[in-house]
Formats: sequence, structure tokens, C-alpha cells
Amino acid sequence: MSDASLAKPARFRPATEEAPVARWAMIAAAFLGLGILVFAPLIAVFVEALARGVAASLASLATRDAQEAIKLTLTIAAISVPLNAIFGVAAAWFITKFDFRGKAFLITLIDLPFSVSPVVAGLCIVLMFGANSAIGGWLVAQGYPIVFAMPGIILATMFVTFPFVARELIPVMIEQGRAEEEAALTLGASGWRTFWTVTIPNIRWALLYGVLLCNARAMGEFGAVAVVSGKIRGQTATMPTTIEMLYQEYLSVAAFSLAAVLALLALVTLLLKTALEIRHADQLAATHRH
Amino acid sequence: MQIEIDEISKQFGTTAALHPVSLSLPSGALVALLGPSGSGKTTLLRILGGLEFPTSGRVMFDGQDATGLSVQDRRAGFVFQSYALFRHMTVFDNIAYGLNARPRASRPTKAEIARRVSKLLELIQLPDIGARYPSQLSGGQRQRVALARALAIEPRMLLLDEPFGALDAKVRKELRQGLRDIHDTTGLTTVFVTHDQEEAMELADLVVVMSMGRIEQIGKPQDIRARPATPFVREFITA
Repeated sequence: MSDASLAKPARFRPATEEAPVARWAMIAAAFLGLGILVFAPLIAVFVEALARGVAASLASLATRDAQEAIKLTLTIAAISVPLNAIFGVAAAWFITKFDFRGKAFLITLIDLPFSVSPVVAGLCIVLMFGANSAIGGWLVAQGYPIVFAMPGIILATMFVTFPFVARELIPVMIEQGRAEEEAALTLGASGWRTFWTVTIPNIRWALLYGVLLCNARAMGEFGAVAVVSGKIRGQTATMPTTIEMLYQEYLSVAAFSLAAVLALLALVTLLLKTALEIRHADQLAATHRH
Repeated sequence: MQIEIDEISKQFGTTAALHPVSLSLPSGALVALLGPSGSGKTTLLRILGGLEFPTSGRVMFDGQDATGLSVQDRRAGFVFQSYALFRHMTVFDNIAYGLNARPRASRPTKAEIARRVSKLLELIQLPDIGARYPSQLSGGQRQRVALARALAIEPRMLLLDEPFGALDAKVRKELRQGLRDIHDTTGLTTVFVTHDQEEAMELADLVVVMSMGRIEQIGKPQDIRARPATPFVREFITA
């Protein structure tokens, strides 16, 4: 070997690393995609909301209709998300910890809300519980209407957001297997105690993530809710349906101000998740094996 | 504790994991269930521990019928194949789990639990690891913690599923002696499952050779070596 070749060693690069040009092209493409699809619309919402100044925007949010819409949406989320978290955990637990016939069918069934259009789901609820149906008619007679009222909106929201928690949990629980639960049982713990001290702590991050996704979707659901709620202002109009109505009436500041609040609520949930992840980073590292 | 297995069989759907097998384990013995995968040895161990229930037959502990006894009431210290330590708990909390799970009336005080855990950590010769998480331990350490956790409930017997399966050869040799020592100190009837004939022969007082859901031979290691009962046993122990 001559000195020249020693002085100028060939540049090797790991097999999995691309050439710099390809790398930068891909990074740029990713940012461009993100920018066009995510950041630009988000910024546009806030720009439109503040187009006539902060005062006008705040005034539109202070109207009774806007206040009621925000209240209704938060109430719907506060009721449907915990219920779906419970159903999701139960479904995932049942599917992953037991062997039974028809398991594959049940997993498909859980995914059904993802494949069915929310509008169709809303129509199904109207058919089932509307004033013209047997159940709905009876309930209306008792003074508990489902459709065009809060219960219908909750049902529609729960239907659409049902898969989120279960879908997050099933792969995690399959990967973890049943050995830790069995160990707890052999140590004398009851099934209930095993569930709270072993199963839940092992799935808490997946559960949290599922709940946050479920929450974001529950607050944002439009199609199914639009069908069942009747969009009565100040009563059954949620934030998304109110935004649409305001926009149709060319009240763009009001529409975009409410949209900005909805976007902010989603951002807050994301920030909450990130903060929790940072705070519990050591625990995450200790408990996550993948 | 003396264990009697009386005509136990186990069906999974249409496949028979265990044909009726009978077996008597003397109190305080160190027993190996030896066989290739699919021989039914793990199923038999899980039936002893109450994690599976037999399709037919009876299990007797000290002459008492224990067939329907729940897993919690068996008081069997069970060490799982990949140890199944609670990954979100420290070593201390793992070992204390069984004591904390007791009903309030029979639960030891906090100080008593701490004392027992540190005693167990000394028994497994890892006195300083109480604050660590399972992911921060080596394979051999995990196995010993799993053993301590099983011993914490003051079990009536010790059941181990491939306790050395996931370890490298050197650690395996050391831990064999560790298990022998713990067995001799506690005097517990101990049953372990293995597919390694050398391990079974070296460690156990009594070896049960199994194949395809049947018991091929029961005997002391030297007897099995000297007089294999069936062609399968001869082939398996020389492999």
C-alpha cells in the first residue's frame, strides 16, 4: 500500500444509509408533505379566525350558540371516551387472554366502525331509535328521546370511536402473552387483583395513546353526529356541526374561531401525551421491550 | 409434600396432550420431567400448578384430593419458562407480590415483608438488586429472582418450567447447583421440566421420561441409564 491511499481512505457508509442526495430528497419530501397537508391548513385556520382581529374572534366565541356547542362537545367526549376505554380494554382482554371459536370474526367486528361510513352509522341509529321505530317510539313516550338528543349523539360518537382503544391494546397484549398474569395467579392473587396490578400497568401507555386518539376523534366526529343530532342550535349542535353551519352562512370568522378552538383542544391532548412521555421516560424504557 | 398423579389425561380439542398417566412423587424429592417438545411434560406441570385442569383423573397432595383446587389455593411456587417477572415492578415488589396479595387478615406487616424479601434476596445471593427493574438484570439473575418470588409465598411445592432453557451453558451449570442448594435448604418437593437429558440426570433424584403424552420410564438417573425401559428412552438419553 502506498502512502497516498492511506492518507485518503475510501469513504464507507453503513449499508442501510442512503447517499446524501437521496437522503436530503426524502427529508425534503417528508417536510413538503407535512407542510402542505398538516401545517399550512392549521395555520390557515388561525389566520382566518383572526382575520378581523382578536376581539371579533373572541366575541364570536362568546355567543350562546358557540358556548353551548363547546360545552356539548366536551360533555360528549367526557362521557363517550371513558365508556369506550372500558369497552376497549374489555374487548382486548377477552380477545387476547382467551381462546374461543369466532375470535377472528370478533376482531373483524371491532374494526367495523372503521370501514362503515359514519353517515351510514348515524342512519342506523336513527332507524333503530328514531321516533318511528318500536324502541325509539317507546322511549320517546317515556320522555327519553334518543335521536335528536344527547343519548343519540353519544351513541353515534361511541360507535365511530369504538375501535381506537381496542386496536391499540390488542397487539401489545398479544405480544406480552399471558405468563405474567399466570404468575400473579400462582402467587395467590385473585383475577381482579391480577387485572389491576399486572394487566393494566403493562398496557397503560397503549391505553393512554388509545384514549387520546379516541378523544380527538370523539370531539371531531361530524358525519354520524350530523345525522342523529338534528343540529339544533344551542341544544344538539356540537362544535363540528356548528362550524359547518356557520361556514355555510358565510360567518367565516365565527366558523374559523370555533375551528381554531377545536384544533387547540386536539393540540392540547397531543402535548399532554408528549409531556407524559418525557416525564416517564425511564419507566417507558424499563417496561417497553420493543 | 407428597404428590400423587392418578390416571390424569388432558385433551386440547381433538388432540390428546396427555394419555392417562399415573405417577407418585415422594415428599421432598427433586423430580425431572424429561422429554422432547410435545411430550406433555409442561402440560403435566401446569396441571400440578392449577394452571390447566385435567380432562380426567385426579391429583392428590398428601393424600387429599386437590384436582379441583384453584391455582391460588394450590400454593405452588411456579417458575415460568421466560420467568414472567412483572416488568413494571422492581425486584423487591416482584418478590413481595405474593405476600401483598394475601387477604388483609393474613398479610404480613410492611416491615415483615421487607425483612422476608431481603432474606430471600440473600438466599439467591443477590442482596443488592431490590431496587432494580427486571429489564436491568441478566438472564441468570432473572431466573433467581423468579425463584425467590415463587419461594416468597411459602409454597407447598416448587414447579419449574424449563428453568435453565434461556441461559447460556456456563450460567446454566452454576444455576443447577443453585437450584439443588435451594431444594436441599427448603426441603420442598420440586418438579422441573426439561428437554436436556444431561441436566435431568445430573440434578434430579427421580427422572420421569415422557414421550407423546405418555410416561416411558420412571426411575433414579443411574437406573434409567443402566436399564432403559424402552427403545425411545435408550435413544433419548444417549442423544
